[in-house]
Amino acid sequence: MDAALDNLYQEIILDHYKHPHHAGLRDPFEAEVHHVNPTCGDEVTLRVHLADGVVDDVSYDAVGCSISQASTSVMADLLIGKSVDEAMQIHQTFLELMQGKGKVDPDEDVLEDGVAFAGVAKFPARVKCALLSWMAWKDATAQTLSKENS
Amino acid sequence: MDGLLPELEVIRKDFPILERQLAGGFPLVYLDSANTSQKPQIVIDTMVDHLERHNANISRAMHQLGSESTEAFEAARDRVAAFIKAPSRDEVIFTKNATEALNLVANTLSWATGDLAIGAGDEVLITEMEHHSNIVPWQLLTERKGATLRWFGLTEDGRLDLSNIDELITERTKVVSLTWVSNMLGTINPVAEIAARAHEVGAVVVVDASQAAPQLPIDLQAMEGASRPDVLVFTGHKVVGPTGIGVLWGRREVLDALPAFHGGGEMIETVTMQRSTYAGIPHKFEAGTPPIIEAIGLGAAVDYLDCIGLDAIHAHEQAITGYALQGLASVPGTRVLGPLDAASRGGAISFELAGVHPHDIAQVLDSRGIAVRAGHHCAKPAHARFGVQASTRMSSYLYTTPAEIDALIDGLNYTRAYFKVG
Repeated sequence: MDAALDNLYQEIILDHYKHPHHAGLRDPFEAEVHHVNPTCGDEVTLRVHLADGVVDDVSYDAVGCSISQASTSVMADLLIGKSVDEAMQIHQTFLELMQGKGKVDPDEDVLEDGVAFAGVAKFPARVKCALLSWMAWKDATAQTLSKENS
Repeated sequence: MDGLLPELEVIRKDFPILERQLAGGFPLVYLDSANTSQKPQIVIDTMVDHLERHNANISRAMHQLGSESTEAFEAARDRVAAFIKAPSRDEVIFTKNATEALNLVANTLSWATGDLAIGAGDEVLITEMEHHSNIVPWQLLTERKGATLRWFGLTEDGRLDLSNIDELITERTKVVSLTWVSNMLGTINPVAEIAARAHEVGAVVVVDASQAAPQLPIDLQAMEGASRPDVLVFTGHKVVGPTGIGVLWGRREVLDALPAFHGGGEMIETVTMQRSTYAGIPHKFEAGTPPIIEAIGLGAAVDYLDCIGLDAIHAHEQAITGYALQGLASVPGTRVLGPLDAASRGGAISFELAGVHPHDIAQVLDSRGIAVRAGHHCAKPAHARFGVQASTRMSSYLYTTPAEIDALIDGLNYTRAYFKVG
């Protein structure tokens, strides 16, 4: 029992949960979104600042469980400083890991601390928790890009 | 422990699922009965027997199976009527669930003419502790009709704040709809007192008995005229019956005055290409082939509860709830949302545990075979009232033992240790 639980709640996840990185809402930003998980009520407000094709900042205010909070923190670590294209790639890799039902081997070179979420993919009820802020980031980034293009 | 059902071990044997072993060899500790209750063998057998031996459509098949099926379906209506001591069995309407029953009332009221018609300036009164299914239909109704939705607030200890009842129930109030027992706070509301007050201004009183029907004796006949609600709804799957079946009881005069809901087979008297006339209650509100097997299963379910006795079940729930409240108080960092005395509440207890999110609590408990609910329990406004985003809810029923409460308390202490809080 504890093995299954420990597989879900990796130390990395608990560390990010207790000490989230890049938390708080900051200026400047081009888009701000608010995403909710309607089944459980977890919420995130997330801002994206892009500069010269680079993710300059991801800032957020989130309430939710350890999985959703830690995932937000890990995502901000991973995406800040990357080019938008690279960030979209990482997003895709994380999404595939989460939707892989526990059968996808995580790529540590791409996902870094994000590999800790491999165990979450075996708990269908928790996949939405892990993806909440990633979906919010993609939405905010898409909004920013379409503003730039118009 | 006083109040426990004397034959608890025998009752547990009636519920085959309670034998389940879960991952890791843990026996099931089912503390999610306010979400859905487990089913006794008699309900399962009754439904299987009907499918195996009597299956046919009702009210229209002119053969032996058709009449057996019709008889079983209508006998289920009689049993449900007896369960809530309805003044008339024809006032019992089968629906899909309590949500559909509430939507039936809210929709037909929005189409009603005459005394029941609702328009601009009229008010619908609900409470801040309602399940979303007793909020959203009334929001839809008032938005469509230009009417105003108002609500009773809540006190700090999770009861209805009735201090402004005279401002809330006025000549403008057309409908008062409230829950008898809160699915989140557990609070038992004074429905008779509120109904009597609402009837002074001629309002229609709707009671959501989804959490009350499983655990409180309901005697509509004994409720004195003005204090009896006009409509009472509950769902089958929380009273040890199957899913897919709900009940709407309504006072005949109100049901007769409301327009039809769904149009279709069985709800008509006659149909021409130009127009139709409608059947009387209960068929007026039961268009199409109903959930026959589910209704028959529900009949067996309420019979089962009546055999054990709702007074005894209520006493059992109070004993277990009192024991659980005591246990929760022993875990550092817990905060119970709702009344703290077992006598004025039902068997659902929502709580917070400082430093651990409800999802994480539920996950750790699940790894030990303990099933609880985590989230907003379809009562977001009530959570917001207490500044809480989500909570963990344990809910007991007639098969819950004190040892299962002990397992929950152990599990919560283990959860605190696992997440290194305190």
